[in-house]
Amino acid sequence: MITTGLTPVITEHWDAPDLYTLDGYRRFGGYEALASALKQDPDAIIGQVKDSGLRGRGGAGFPTGLKWSFVPQNDGKQHYLVVNADESEPGACKDIPIMMADPHVLVEGVIIASYAIRANHAFIYIRGEVPNAIRKVAFAVEQAKAAGLIGKNILGSGFDLDVVVHSGAGAYICGEETALLDSLEGYRGQPRLKPPFPAVAGLYASPTVINNVETIANIPFIIGRGVEWFRQFGTEKSPGFKVWAVSGHVNNPGLFEAPLGITMRELLDYAGGVRGGGEVKFWLPGGSSVPMLTAEHLDLPLTYEAMAEAGTMLGTGTPMIFDSTVSVVKAVTRWLEFYKHESCGKCTPCREGTYWITGVLEKFEHGHGTATEMDTLVNLCGQIAGRSFCALGDAAATPYPAALKFFRQEFTDATHTPVDGTFDPVASYVFAPAVAR
Amino acid sequence: MTITTNDSQVAVPSDTVTVIIDGVAVAVPKGTLVIRAAELLGIEIPRFCDHPLLDPVAACRACLIEVEGMPKPQPACAQTVSDGMVIRTQQSSEMARLAQEGVMEFLLLNHPLDCPVCDKGGECPLQNQAMSVGRPESRFTEDKRTFPKPINVSAQILLDRERCVSCARCTRFAEQIAGDPMLELLERGAQQQVGTAEDQPFDSYFSGNTIQICPVGALTSAAYRFRSRPFDLVSVPTTCEHCASGCSLRTDYRREVVTRRLAWDSPEVNEEWNCDKGRFAFVYQTEGRIEYPLIRENGELRVASWPEAIDVAARGLAEASSHAVLVGGRSTVEDAYAYARFARAALRTDDIDFRARALSDEEHAFLASLVAGSPVSVSYEKLESAPIVLLVSFEPEDESPIVFLRLRKAARAGTRVVSVGAVRSKGSEKVAAEMVWCAPGDEAAALASLPADILAALAHSGAVIMVGERAALSAGALSAVAALADRTGAALAWVPRRAGERGALDAGAIAGLLPGGRPLSDAQARAEVSELWGVDSLPHPGASGDALLARLGTVEAAVVGGVELADYPQDVRAALERVGFIVSLENHHSAVTELASVVLPVAVVTEKAGTFLDWEGRPRPFTRVLRDALTMPDAQVLGMIADAMDRPVGPSDVNVLRAELGTLGPWRGARLEAPRVPVGPRRDGLVLASWRQLLDSGVLQEGEPHLAATARPTVVMVSDATARRLGLTETATLHGPAGIVTLPVEIADVAESVVWVPMNSPGCHIYRDLGARPGDIIRVTAGGAL
Repeated sequence: MITTGLTPVITEHWDAPDLYTLDGYRRFGGYEALASALKQDPDAIIGQVKDSGLRGRGGAGFPTGLKWSFVPQNDGKQHYLVVNADESEPGACKDIPIMMADPHVLVEGVIIASYAIRANHAFIYIRGEVPNAIRKVAFAVEQAKAAGLIGKNILGSGFDLDVVVHSGAGAYICGEETALLDSLEGYRGQPRLKPPFPAVAGLYASPTVINNVETIANIPFIIGRGVEWFRQFGTEKSPGFKVWAVSGHVNNPGLFEAPLGITMRELLDYAGGVRGGGEVKFWLPGGSSVPMLTAEHLDLPLTYEAMAEAGTMLGTGTPMIFDSTVSVVKAVTRWLEFYKHESCGKCTPCREGTYWITGVLEKFEHGHGTATEMDTLVNLCGQIAGRSFCALGDAAATPYPAALKFFRQEFTDATHTPVDGTFDPVASYVFAPAVAR
Repeated sequence: MTITTNDSQVAVPSDTVTVIIDGVAVAVPKGTLVIRAAELLGIEIPRFCDHPLLDPVAACRACLIEVEGMPKPQPACAQTVSDGMVIRTQQSSEMARLAQEGVMEFLLLNHPLDCPVCDKGGECPLQNQAMSVGRPESRFTEDKRTFPKPINVSAQILLDRERCVSCARCTRFAEQIAGDPMLELLERGAQQQVGTAEDQPFDSYFSGNTIQICPVGALTSAAYRFRSRPFDLVSVPTTCEHCASGCSLRTDYRREVVTRRLAWDSPEVNEEWNCDKGRFAFVYQTEGRIEYPLIRENGELRVASWPEAIDVAARGLAEASSHAVLVGGRSTVEDAYAYARFARAALRTDDIDFRARALSDEEHAFLASLVAGSPVSVSYEKLESAPIVLLVSFEPEDESPIVFLRLRKAARAGTRVVSVGAVRSKGSEKVAAEMVWCAPGDEAAALASLPADILAALAHSGAVIMVGERAALSAGALSAVAALADRTGAALAWVPRRAGERGALDAGAIAGLLPGGRPLSDAQARAEVSELWGVDSLPHPGASGDALLARLGTVEAAVVGGVELADYPQDVRAALERVGFIVSLENHHSAVTELASVVLPVAVVTEKAGTFLDWEGRPRPFTRVLRDALTMPDAQVLGMIADAMDRPVGPSDVNVLRAELGTLGPWRGARLEAPRVPVGPRRDGLVLASWRQLLDSGVLQEGEPHLAATARPTVVMVSDATARRLGLTETATLHGPAGIVTLPVEIADVAESVVWVPMNSPGCHIYRDLGARPGDIIRVTAGGAL
């Protein structure tokens, strides 16, 4: 039974065919928040974002206003705003739709955020594999420039801003904020040593704020409609709404905008339930980097705090649903292959650990694992988690222990039977004929 | 921080914090890295990427330790201490121990474990730390990642990518220390590897250091690969003989043959680095040596016994009524002193000079007035903290590479480097040098009209002026440098190229100057020296420099030690041909031995103890490496000749020579006047600029083809405008009095109407091939066949 209603805010006008244009965006009140923001003191903007309790939508959930307030003000240095639009997390698909459908909400957010942190240069770093999104955002930036919303003395406020749209080159690591900065500066993308943190020495060694697309898309609404309005959604610790991208074995996968605190079961109902009336076997709240949950967790509120309590993370807030046709051994192996392929190589635990674990998991997939190796893998994940240079290593260490916790028997079976013998791979395909299921 | 109390500088700790490591408290300066603090207590935390002279990167994760209050283990190489921090290393923390063990297990996954055939085996941090903190057995049974190997990253450096642990020491050295970022990490994940761009090998002058700091056997040298195991080597700390930088080296030998040389720790001089010439160019010590004394009979040299050869030499010298002594700039202080003493006491002549290169009387006056016997005034440390360093006729990267490294370190920290010269070289770019443009020969004029901001900066405390030996070629330059230092108060350093020059100057191996910078014209100085030497009188001031070379044709006998005639711009051979009797002290056949009546083989640096004075004036003593060698140092051979002449000069033992120099000490009396040579006339035309590149046709680099292959190509450098004006495109031909040289053209940042070529590189030896010196007007035409 659904008790939490959908609350389309960011997605409200996505059915308007010209929303991506300046005129279309303006028809629904676009850039009014900007006009009001530019009349306020930058610190007041930071204060409102702080008060709103908005938390970063990129995965880590760090309070956005707090992040902004770390930038030393009036230090005479150039400040930068960088938008992390390198959405590469397996299962995550919410930033790219936002940029495709409503690029101006991002641009407006960028201008307000830059004004707040006193940055005169902003960069939008977009994943290179999505040229359509890059074109949409670049077009929106051009339109905003032509309309005097970007450039010198914006709306007569005396505030100058230049916005650069930059295309990445297809490395998952460049979604890590400091690797993204390296990549943006023209270097090979590898995470940087912290401290100094980006807020002190980020892009070109200058104070820098890096925010996710969806985070920035929230800003015009917070400024335009007020903190109180924003806080009526969600919970005390997880205020606001979220563009939930539900994918996997559901009848109606897609984006559903609803407050934080909605349950997976409710989202699942919006998504039409599991295909063929089946059951949820396991699900991930937000990307492959967060530990999996099972059907018993469907009624937990999707908030940062409840997910942490359940031993996982809200992550990107893009749930992936897997039904009983899926071999958990195979799913974990695919994820580890992804991390092995995307490990940047900088630190030993991630570089070597993902190489090793993937090799062992591939043996399980073919029925050649051993009982000893089931424990060795837990140990190896422990040798990566908390010891790698950046969160990519931590992420690579999460799928297997969670999978083993809930589905130990499947790994035991994989010590003698190839998983394709236990689970028909064709049956798990989204496009599998019903008969195969 | 230091504070001054009662005129004495007392270092007091300021901003120290106390941390507890494994239960032991230690006070360290704020900002110290945990790994350094632990070292102070003798606690060894494993590490690969950490290097005290490189920026922290925290990539290898081998040094993970537990910090109280932090949930995750922290990298000790990047974690700075804070007051009261409680740190537990693998000695007292299970978390740290397990973390280190886990990382070590990971590091060995894709490592080939080929220690028995690896150059590094036996001195390998990976081997040692795997034993100290690793698991007894690996649990890894999957396939290792493999690479074709080895591959050349330069002609000299070989890379085994399988052995690499991606610590990034080599790439960080290349970028941060050498300023040659041609090594980079490529690819990602387990495929991450060190590599170079296509057709851009790692031809850094300092590339060999990467082999030494590689904590595994991934980087090896083409010269040393598979030559020996470290535990079969005998190691002796020595000093490099190649230039005046004064590097500490470690010389390793096996069965009386030197197999390799390493940079040795000397924080005050070379830190932990050296250049590739110092590391690899030592084959000359064994190849092509003169093994026996030779005497000339019927125009041919024949082998003679030592007594016979000494007897012939002594007789020839005794019978001659006029003498000259030429000492190359490569002698040790003790040998140079022996030459100085032998000339004055045995031959009773003051006609002696150590400057086997382009020189001038102005330079003699400059050295006598401001350099000889003076204490260290500019040191490496002072360079590092200087607000401004002004370089005159000096290319540090080519002419004193460790000065270059220290200048680069200084420049990265904010020191302003200004170069007075005609070429903004690659080395200048790496120290972010500003140029004061002037053609060779116009230095004095340029110094006389320096921009006001540079003059003002030179007046700041700690400012330094460094002048190279090439300034001798430019009339008035050294006078202008001396005047500038006097006017601004900037400290002045003269940087010769060769390792023995500063020592020979201070030892008195130059006419007019006795040891310690004593003027021969000073009665007190003469008295001090003649008393020590036990001689009744000393000769009158003789001829040095051009006057000496001019006089060569008229003397009856000459003693020549370690001189390459090709190093002089003028034709010294023709003059020597007229000398009736030449005694040559040499270790290789040369143009001098071709003319000599007696050739006496002498020891190379590995076969004797001695001292070099580096450019700072700092003594860099070294001991004998090869104990079984039968050769004698120059001093001992000269002593035998003196004895046979019945004009004994005193003991020739290195310790006695050192003691004598110590007894004399530096001259404290009145010094000769600084030169006041006026600014020369301006010339019209295309001016030749040139210096010796670090890796070139120098005789001490012979026999090392891998090293030679990393030398910079021999090219003509001109500015774009000059090239257009002269129509130079692909090649250019230089026309000198002695001949022509055709070389490829490289457009570079060169002063207008100046053309640069290397002084002594394959295909271009300007004295021999062109008959021209830097500063000469030269004719250049477009084209020509290479």
